[in-house]
Amino acid sequence: MPEEARWKETLKQGLRTFAVPVLATVVGLAVGILCIIVAGKDPVKAAQAFVQAVAGSPRMFGNVLVSTIPLIFTGLAVAFAYRAGLFNIGVEGQYLVAQVATVVVGVWWTPPQGFAWLHPILALAAGAVAGAIWGGIVGLLKAWKGVHEVINSIMMNWIALFLCDWLLKTYLRPDNSRASSYDLQETAWLTQGLIPGSRLHTGIWIALATAVVVWFILFKTSLGYEIRAVGYSPGAAEYGGISVAKALILTMAISGAIAGMAGSVQTMGLNHRFNETSTLVGYGFDGIAVALVGRLHPVGVCLAALLFGALDASSPLMQAMADVPKAVVSIVQGIVILFVAAESLWNFLQKRSAKKGVPAA
Amino acid sequence: MLLRLEGITKRFGSLVANDHIDLEVRKGEIHALLGENGAGKTTLMNILYGLYTPDEGRIFWKDQEVKIRNPRQAIDLGIGMVHQHFMLVPVFTVAENITLGKEVARRNHLLDMKEARRQVLELSQRFGLEVNPDDRIESISVGQQQRVEILKALYRGAELLILDEPTAVLTPQEVEELGKVMKRLVADGHTIIIITHKLKEVLHLADRVTVLRRGKKIATLDAAGQSEEELARLMVGREVVLRVDKKPAEPKEVVLQVEHLHAKNDRGAPAVQDVSFQVRAGEIVGIAGVDGNGQSELIACLTGLRKPTAGRVVVNGQDVTGQSPRRIREAGVGHIPEDRQKRGLVLNFTVAENAALGNHRAFARRGVLSYQKMVDEAKRVISEFDVRPPRYDYLARSLSGGNQQKVIVGREILRNPKLLIAVQPTRGLDVGAIEFIHRNLVAERDAGRAVLLVSLELDEIMNLADRILVMYKGQVVAEVPGHEATEEKLGLLMMGGGAGA
Amino acid sequence: MSWALFTFVIATLRAATPLLLAALGGVFSERSGVVNIALEGIMLAGAWGAVYVSFLTGSAWLGLLGAIAIGVVMAGLHAIASIKYHADQVVSGTAINLLATGFTEFMLNRVWGQGGGSPKVASLPDIGPLNLIVYIAFGLAILSWVVLYRTPWGLRLRSVGEHPLAADTLGINVFKMRYAGVLLSGVLGGLAGAALSIGLLSRFVRGMSAGKGFIALAAMIFGNWNPIGAMGATLLFGAAQSLSTIFQLMGIEGIPSQFFNMIPYVLTMLILAGFVGKSVAPAADGVPYKKTT
Repeated sequence: MPEEARWKETLKQGLRTFAVPVLATVVGLAVGILCIIVAGKDPVKAAQAFVQAVAGSPRMFGNVLVSTIPLIFTGLAVAFAYRAGLFNIGVEGQYLVAQVATVVVGVWWTPPQGFAWLHPILALAAGAVAGAIWGGIVGLLKAWKGVHEVINSIMMNWIALFLCDWLLKTYLRPDNSRASSYDLQETAWLTQGLIPGSRLHTGIWIALATAVVVWFILFKTSLGYEIRAVGYSPGAAEYGGISVAKALILTMAISGAIAGMAGSVQTMGLNHRFNETSTLVGYGFDGIAVALVGRLHPVGVCLAALLFGALDASSPLMQAMADVPKAVVSIVQGIVILFVAAESLWNFLQKRSAKKGVPAA
Repeated sequence: MLLRLEGITKRFGSLVANDHIDLEVRKGEIHALLGENGAGKTTLMNILYGLYTPDEGRIFWKDQEVKIRNPRQAIDLGIGMVHQHFMLVPVFTVAENITLGKEVARRNHLLDMKEARRQVLELSQRFGLEVNPDDRIESISVGQQQRVEILKALYRGAELLILDEPTAVLTPQEVEELGKVMKRLVADGHTIIIITHKLKEVLHLADRVTVLRRGKKIATLDAAGQSEEELARLMVGREVVLRVDKKPAEPKEVVLQVEHLHAKNDRGAPAVQDVSFQVRAGEIVGIAGVDGNGQSELIACLTGLRKPTAGRVVVNGQDVTGQSPRRIREAGVGHIPEDRQKRGLVLNFTVAENAALGNHRAFARRGVLSYQKMVDEAKRVISEFDVRPPRYDYLARSLSGGNQQKVIVGREILRNPKLLIAVQPTRGLDVGAIEFIHRNLVAERDAGRAVLLVSLELDEIMNLADRILVMYKGQVVAEVPGHEATEEKLGLLMMGGGAGA
Repeated sequence: MSWALFTFVIATLRAATPLLLAALGGVFSERSGVVNIALEGIMLAGAWGAVYVSFLTGSAWLGLLGAIAIGVVMAGLHAIASIKYHADQVVSGTAINLLATGFTEFMLNRVWGQGGGSPKVASLPDIGPLNLIVYIAFGLAILSWVVLYRTPWGLRLRSVGEHPLAADTLGINVFKMRYAGVLLSGVLGGLAGAALSIGLLSRFVRGMSAGKGFIALAAMIFGNWNPIGAMGATLLFGAAQSLSTIFQLMGIEGIPSQFFNMIPYVLTMLILAGFVGKSVAPAADGVPYKKTT
């Protein structure tokens, strides 16, 4: 097959894959603009604010990237699980337990002389392990008892919330005078200020590296092959000698680890402590939006994370300059997910194959 | 004349399931619709019941032309259908299932289950269909469930009852019972169409029989005075059969040894009953039989997709009884599965990724896959098995059925298994593809492999197999050398006729 | 002692009410075969709707209607996406939740400016020690049971969730029944939100559903998709919630409140895994119904 024809084919396939989320995003943004108009605000000013928040200065862009970092992780976590056919809504619980684990390592373990570089690595590892366990439990219950992972992961979110709250109030802070835990020792901090003036920290490299690792696992390893086979067709996977149970458990564990890393990196890079969390905030849902819009591919996830990160980061400025409330972002996200999900809706884009099922005569 | 179908035609894509079929059913008769799997019997009846709409043709009910667009309309006309796979809600009771959609209610809009129970009991006594209205469907036997299905149709005032393979799931005693019930119904003024492939039952129960073959109507005859052989001949036909030229087999050592194997089906009933046989290197052993006589469960046990309840499976001297699919493959077994879309391929994977299915670890070193090696293997499969379009990066789902099958056949053969298990390897394929795969299977056998072929197509079995085992009701009822096999002989054995009933 | 018991019972009933209403909504939706995790968002939107209409009209009764209306709209979106366009029902439900969060915050800002909540509005009257909505909730639970298990419509709804093909062959319109189930869950979910905002409180607070929609789902599962079972389950969950407060009131220390809070969730996981009793979902729950011709 001539090389240029193959390029065209790949391009066509790529376009087809991206058409849906792009269209859904356009619809979402249109609704967002509609909301702005309904609110009696100026959409042009809002757009200007958006552009300025994103590209106005390196510092601004740096802050966009700060918002993007956790979204890359949570998006990757959800996308990875979805590849095995699993819906990991437990991202937030995994995030929380990872934060606690990171705080424990960051506060109570001091690296010996000359090994300061080990601190963030171990703290990150602790977070990943905590997240892996939290996610792995859900995977185990699914593989062993057939329990649907959605309800279980939501339950685990709440259990994590209360567990971490108790741990915080009992062990992790000096007394009731402050709402958050002890601070991490500085050796456990991630360097900030990659772009001068912004809070951009080295977590961005970790996030991108994770995306590469995820891509590698999914497309270049036999584990990834097994996971994708199980996600597409458990029957064919079983026929092909793949252990479906093993794939499910490993996937949830890895997904949990990635979600956990989101929490670790946020703690090490931004807050440097564990803040009291009274209720679930919905990190997981952002991750779902990013994963779906990114079509479950690491590259798409990074791009989608950038988009949603830009929306998040620009909302204070949009509020300040154009008086646009933060809630518009949630609405846009919701619309985008809804339209990406309603798959039949997009059937007119795809060529319908004329194959119909042949029933038993 | 109660019912007349004229020129009914139904196509599914390129497959013509019903080809201008005419049918006449007289009031008060038991009319059998006879044919092999895939002959078009169920499709025809589904059209009558409003589940499908015909592409061409007309339906006359009591000499009036009618259009039946959904089951409601069929029910209103007085047509009732008992499907092969029961349409019963497992967690509901008998009475609830029977009255669903036509419930008995009091003036205050509440269900009157007491009255419903009474009506059910009355109907059941009238026709000798013993049921307990308060039993839950999931806890009663299959025979009882069938009675509920019949009562369901009667409750809605069905004059014409269509029974789809009613005796397939019954014990001999229950078949007797059903025969009595049918006579009772007819005496009461009902008419029955029974879809079946069982010759004995046709002769025993039906007044007239219509034979379908490959979507066409072949004949309508009075059942009285017919023989099983004559019906089998009509069913199976005398068409030009593609005979593959093959040398006589030279079987060598035993590759597969199955000893006293027992297994259950998904519903927990015994499906494989004390099956023992051998397959040697250099021979093709064919298993013939009508669908549902235990072949699927047998193969599932041999390939690791099901655990047998008793017995042994030995491949090349290695006991692989109850092992995982992976272990069995490693023992040297290749498997061309019955369901290419659910088992044989991951439709959303590329051809290259599918060519590696079952053996993907061989393309990996320390966990890292070499895509290049996978592509090389895929190219081999594509070129040697003429897969079209010859693109390893196309998704399997975009290939036609024939080409999908070629990918599966190709990859299994190219792995040089010691034992190749092929189940329905040419289902849904055109003549060219069929011939191609047949040639390959014979080539495998000539190269010294052991081949176990399971097929519902008699032609295929007779064409390829050196030895033929016939399965009926979970047992191997006969072994016939390939050169001695005829359609009549095999057909009879497959329907439980001839030696042993 | 008896005063503590009395307070405990009242607290339990109040805590259980919004959960019960939402759980009933879940029952109707899932019994028809559509998974509805959008209950959280429907509740939140309903809570806001009740307060908004009450604010505009000064009547809590109209507020109740407002809650129902908005619940139906949100549920309608989920219904169309899931039933007509075969969307993955979990994803669609999640989208609704996001939409509801954004929408309610957006409107919170628009109508009452910045801030975490609305001003006080007219709320539903109390009858005795309990608010009217509590009686409504438990009354609806019993009514739901009767409708589901003692009427032809209920039988058909359940058949559609267990074996839609069988129902179809008997002439029952699977799609219509599923729409009904989901829209009903919109009504009940909206009512649950109203219970939160104008029943037990008198205002709308940002994010006031606080995951109660998911607890309601857990209660539905725990209650085996049965309205009376859901009633028992929500009482249990409500009791667990109130227990910690009562313990503190009674001066019993030692058990951290967080562990009480965890009980509903751990219980649900145990039940789902089959360690404690068996919970069986409607057989066709979550599977979009596609017609073959």
